[in-house]
Amino acid sequence: MPTLTGVGIGRGLAIGEVLRMPDPLPEPSDAASQTTPDAEKVRAAGSLAATAADIRLRGGRAGGAAKDVLEAQAFMAEDPTLKDDVDKRIDAGKTAERAVFEAFAAFRDLLVSMGGYMGERATDLNDVSQRVVAHLQGVAAPGVPTPDHPFILVARDLAPADTALLDLSTVLALITSDGGPTSHTAILAREKSIVAVVGAVGALELSDGQTVIVDATTGAVTVDPSDAERAAAETTLADRAAAKDVPVGPGALADGTPVPLLANLGTVDKLDEAVEKGAEGVGLFRTEFLFLDSEKAPTVADQQAKYSALFAAFPGKKVVVRALDAGADKPLSFLNDEPEENPALGLRGLRALRANEPILRDQLTAIASAAAENEADAWVMAPMVSTVEETRYFTRLAKELGVKTAGVMIEVPAAALLADRILADTDFASIGTNDLTQYTLAADRLLGSVASFQDPWHPAVLRLVGEVGKAGAAAGKPVGICGEAAADPLLAVVLVGLGATSLSMSPAALADVRAELARFTLKQAKQFAELALSANSAVEARLAVIDAATPNKTTPTESEK
Amino acid sequence: MATRTVTVASAHGLHARPASLFVQAVASSGLAVELSKGDKTLNAASILGVISLGIEHGDTVTLTAEGDNAEAVLDQLAEIITTDQDA
Repeated sequence: MPTLTGVGIGRGLAIGEVLRMPDPLPEPSDAASQTTPDAEKVRAAGSLAATAADIRLRGGRAGGAAKDVLEAQAFMAEDPTLKDDVDKRIDAGKTAERAVFEAFAAFRDLLVSMGGYMGERATDLNDVSQRVVAHLQGVAAPGVPTPDHPFILVARDLAPADTALLDLSTVLALITSDGGPTSHTAILAREKSIVAVVGAVGALELSDGQTVIVDATTGAVTVDPSDAERAAAETTLADRAAAKDVPVGPGALADGTPVPLLANLGTVDKLDEAVEKGAEGVGLFRTEFLFLDSEKAPTVADQQAKYSALFAAFPGKKVVVRALDAGADKPLSFLNDEPEENPALGLRGLRALRANEPILRDQLTAIASAAAENEADAWVMAPMVSTVEETRYFTRLAKELGVKTAGVMIEVPAAALLADRILADTDFASIGTNDLTQYTLAADRLLGSVASFQDPWHPAVLRLVGEVGKAGAAAGKPVGICGEAAADPLLAVVLVGLGATSLSMSPAALADVRAELARFTLKQAKQFAELALSANSAVEARLAVIDAATPNKTTPTESEK
Repeated sequence: MATRTVTVASAHGLHARPASLFVQAVASSGLAVELSKGDKTLNAASILGVISLGIEHGDTVTLTAEGDNAEAVLDQLAEIITTDQDA
């Protein structure tokens, strides 16, 4: 079998044995039962109970939000009304498999006809139905296999529910035959630092137990590697493991241009990890966690203690705290309790804070007081700023309350386009690429059906980033990036070429981005930026830059069969 | 026979997590409990039944149970429904 080629996510490398994601089960046949209704009922009851127990077990392992979803699924398998319906169908001569299939389908159709939230539960029902039928037939349940040993998962593509539950201690790498670099699977793999190659044509021809080497740097999947190939990969893995123990230096391009690498943090719990991975500071500290579990805002003293713990961990380093960013995906009832048709375009970010100014004042006061008791270089920024006027409002208020360095997030295209005027009135800008992409492409980032638009490589998004970069250079003010885009190593280089002066990302991504920056000079970064800007689409932009960044370009050959 | 008529407090109605919590409480009570909304009545231990009633925030529902301890069980179930589980 030839080497397979797809798009690698990140820079990881893995060697292991393939396990295929089982194919969906065919519809059970409607042939009459060959046994008695009572026997079929016993079979159905046994499989329903076993499936519920299995789902509950997985829920316990997954924890968090996934646990709640799986708990609800377990109740579906145990549902007494459903069981009555299954028994009725068995009495009419159906097999247990067919009766289970039909009973779930009937409920699914009912929920789908109700639409909205109920309709979305149809997927959950299908999943439970497939699991019960698989148990009855004694075949592997659909979904990610869960063996006791590490493996390389091969699938057409993964459903969000599957990816959310991936057990990172056993999944060494992911290979998909479908799906591109912006598919849900790719985004998740990047977020969780899973070694992944997506869109690898021919991946479905791999069989269970085959050994493969997955190299995300090149996007290559080496099938049945020779001893020499295996040894080379193992040496690389050992070298990389050793390199991780070496103290990490500050981020810089190949020509020495410094690009500070900072961490995105949402709680103080992850501080140690960030410091260990070599974060040179914090580029985005989300403060929502302080507020999420409460019905009203915490007191100034409570907040001050939390911020103080954060600042104390980074003496002499930059720590950028984002003012409370509620709304859209993270509503807070005390800030905005009005249901909105279109929350991403509603009263959120700085707009919501301004409507509740006492909460903003308390937060800024707490941050300024915490900064005064510590040595960290504390900066504060406002979320979702759209206008020059909002910039002035926030910067003035922050300074009035004792904040030394105040800036704004650029997430709205209007703010990016007027970045020169915005930067004239504030100390720095930080680009939130996730929201900037959502607003530029007019695609809800929480909506799966338009997920393909959510790609920060899109030249329109990059052009806006470039506007902010130019404005920052002209004004001599820092322009940071704190969105998902900064964690994509090659895109990080492009962003620096567009004028970003620092990059902030989840600590897991720091090592890969640091290594990628060190490969290129500022001149090359600017050249990559030009290539990406002149492309027609996100895919073209990515390909053009990958092509320019790959030394000794080799076209993958199909003739090695 | 014990009954309670209560108003649903959860912001997103009796779906998802609140529905799971409710069904779990019904199942662990060991009693046969019925849930009615309007003219529809069903077994309250059926999560699919509860979800398919499409119970929204502010809807009024009636709980009915018979047997030992029915009053205490319904008090507990009413408490779940009248607490905002999405908060």
